Amino acid sequence: MSLPSTSAGPAVGARDEAVLRLRDVTRTFGTQTAVRGVSLEVPRGRATVLLGESGSGKSTLLRLMAALIAPDSGEILFEGTLLTPERGPALRRRMGFGLQSGGLFPHLTAAENVTLLARALGRPAAWQSRRLEELVDLVRLAPELLGRWPLQLSGGQRQRVSLMRALMLEPAVLLLDEPLGALDPVTRGELQHELARVFRAVGTTVVLVTHDLQEAAMLGDRVALIRGGELVQVGPLAEIAACPSDAWVARFLAGWRGGAPG
Amino acid sequence: MTALVLLALAAAPAPVRVGSKAFTESVVVGELATQVLGSRGIRAEHVRGLGGTRVVWNALLRGDVDVYPEYTGTLVEEIFSGRVRTGALGPALAAMGIELGPALGFEDGYALGARDDVAERLGLRRISDLRAHPELRLGFSNEFLDRGDGWRALRRAYGLPQKDVRGLDHELAYRGVRSGAIDVVDLYSTDPEIQAEHLRVLEDDLHHFPEYRAVLLVRADLEARAPGARAALELLRDRIDGPAMIAMNASARLQRVPEPQVAAGFLRARLEGWSAPAEGAAQPGRARRIATRLGEHLTLVAIALVLSLAVAIPLGVLAARRQRLGQAVLAAVGVIQTVPSLALLVLMIPLLGIGTRPAIAALFLYGLLPIVRNTHAGLVGIAPDLRESADALGLPSGFRLWRVELPLASPSILAGVKTSAVIAVGTATLGALVGAGGFGQPILTGIRLADTGLLLEGALPAAALALGVEAAFEGLERLVVPRGLRLSPERPG
Repeated sequence: MSLPSTSAGPAVGARDEAVLRLRDVTRTFGTQTAVRGVSLEVPRGRATVLLGESGSGKSTLLRLMAALIAPDSGEILFEGTLLTPERGPALRRRMGFGLQSGGLFPHLTAAENVTLLARALGRPAAWQSRRLEELVDLVRLAPELLGRWPLQLSGGQRQRVSLMRALMLEPAVLLLDEPLGALDPVTRGELQHELARVFRAVGTTVVLVTHDLQEAAMLGDRVALIRGGELVQVGPLAEIAACPSDAWVARFLAGWRGGAPG
Repeated sequence: MTALVLLALAAAPAPVRVGSKAFTESVVVGELATQVLGSRGIRAEHVRGLGGTRVVWNALLRGDVDVYPEYTGTLVEEIFSGRVRTGALGPALAAMGIELGPALGFEDGYALGARDDVAERLGLRRISDLRAHPELRLGFSNEFLDRGDGWRALRRAYGLPQKDVRGLDHELAYRGVRSGAIDVVDLYSTDPEIQAEHLRVLEDDLHHFPEYRAVLLVRADLEARAPGARAALELLRDRIDGPAMIAMNASARLQRVPEPQVAAGFLRARLEGWSAPAEGAAQPGRARRIATRLGEHLTLVAIALVLSLAVAIPLGVLAARRQRLGQAVLAAVGVIQTVPSLALLVLMIPLLGIGTRPAIAALFLYGLLPIVRNTHAGLVGIAPDLRESADALGLPSGFRLWRVELPLASPSILAGVKTSAVIAVGTATLGALVGAGGFGQPILTGIRLADTGLLLEGALPAAALALGVEAAFEGLERLVVPRGLRLSPERPG
């Protein structure tokens, strides 16, 4: 895929390491600047957590990465290709996106939700059912639930189905927006472990948005701290905790005890 | 296919079509003309009770009917808006391909009638006599109060002093006379109520009212298509005098004798050498009549609804996709809804003639709004997270519309279709005004004859049909709306 001249520049070799590359990305809604001058690389095969308080712009950042919205300035490369609104739909088919609500279509069964895009793209039925079996095993969903409609599933089950749908076409990156945010504490703790296991098993690149420090610690190889639409500090949580870049970071991480939950 | 149909139509000569307006006298005269044609071996059918002068006149111009009874005054006032004088009607009509056919021998103009006892007591014979009695109470039909040649002109012409003047329904005016609340009413000079209610017709001594001589209007090309038709119609020339027409109106309206029988009775009695073609065809039973009407009614509704669906759903989708255009589309179909149905039907006639086609076209147009609006609302109302979910998957747009958006909007769309269908069942009763049949036919005739039984024979099945359609859509919901959406009514979409 050839790059437009505007994006020519930095290290070509970096394409292999960074699935997503953001350069000085800004996005405003009306007078509100949601994301301001963010430059960030999402390394392949690792889980990057966008961590911040609610309203910090982390969800906006995720939607910019998925080309669901376009930046006002700056640029985003996905596997070396500049994201544009026109390319959005095609490129998004190689990303798996998960919403807090699950975003499952209520008129389709769990299985139909998972295979929807595969059907739209004309993947063979045999391939689809094989993949469905793999995913059921992977996310540990009871197979009989596949025939149910979303309204017949619990919140946790819906998130598992949503994760299956995002993984269906073996995406280059998994973008998850507070996937556990709407769950009760017990289910939430359970699914945190499940997600961590799935990430390891699949070995795919992940970008996950959360405001929960423990969740970031458990699921993220790297953490990108966001405050007021700006990127404050990036790195493994332990490193950030060891040398916070400012007093706010120190305070924000104060509740965390080196990975021990609680 | 079309060519074949046309060929078949050309091969079998089309019957002569006689039209009539939706009031008893017109229907009776139309029936007379039809039977006279039939007696000469000319196949003729009566398109009875069309909804008003404009409807029949336009049908005649288009060739949807070949003959219909009209009044010279109506031609002058309504058709030519006073631009042509009575004496010049022949040439004016000829220029339009219409022949001013035989005059029938009676006049049915506006007249004033006074209660017999009041007239006797005050010595009222002529309209001028009213001048001396300003205390008289007048009750006029609303139309008479509004018309150019109506009350205001009459008052000016005669210098009438009465102050107590009320506008009310023609029928009710007669009732007012009966109860003694009204002394003088306007009437049509052949109204059977003149005798029944003991009214004295006052002479129009200043010749204020225009002449309303009854004539047959005939398409000039009729004779070429149906040789002998013109001569057959001549049989009626000057044969029906005022009293004869009043008597026929009375038996149809007051004694409720069906018009074909009234006409046959007259022809037997008054036309020498009249040999009625065996009048065997008995009136079909009530169940049979209702079944026929049901078939006609459902055909109108079904065809119109399918057309509405085919146009309205794409329009609704378009409106949901393009906001600006959407507003314009919604406004346009909304405006259609505000056109009164009779006006819409009349507008259709120059394009589509009379019969089922203008009725279907009108029902189709009325059916658009609920479906367009609900399709639009259903699509726009899809929950934001589902919209984003569809975006995030990167579904191809056609697939997304058919497999995600339309199914999610289906409860709303179906509700719109149901509304359209129920409205269509109701509105289709007006189809009878343009000769489309259906349950409107008995309703219209029932109103005309003040025959409640006949009226209910149309109104009750129509109401039942509306309920049936409503129930059918409840069932249809199970087929159309995906099961996943019906699981929990408290959380739709």
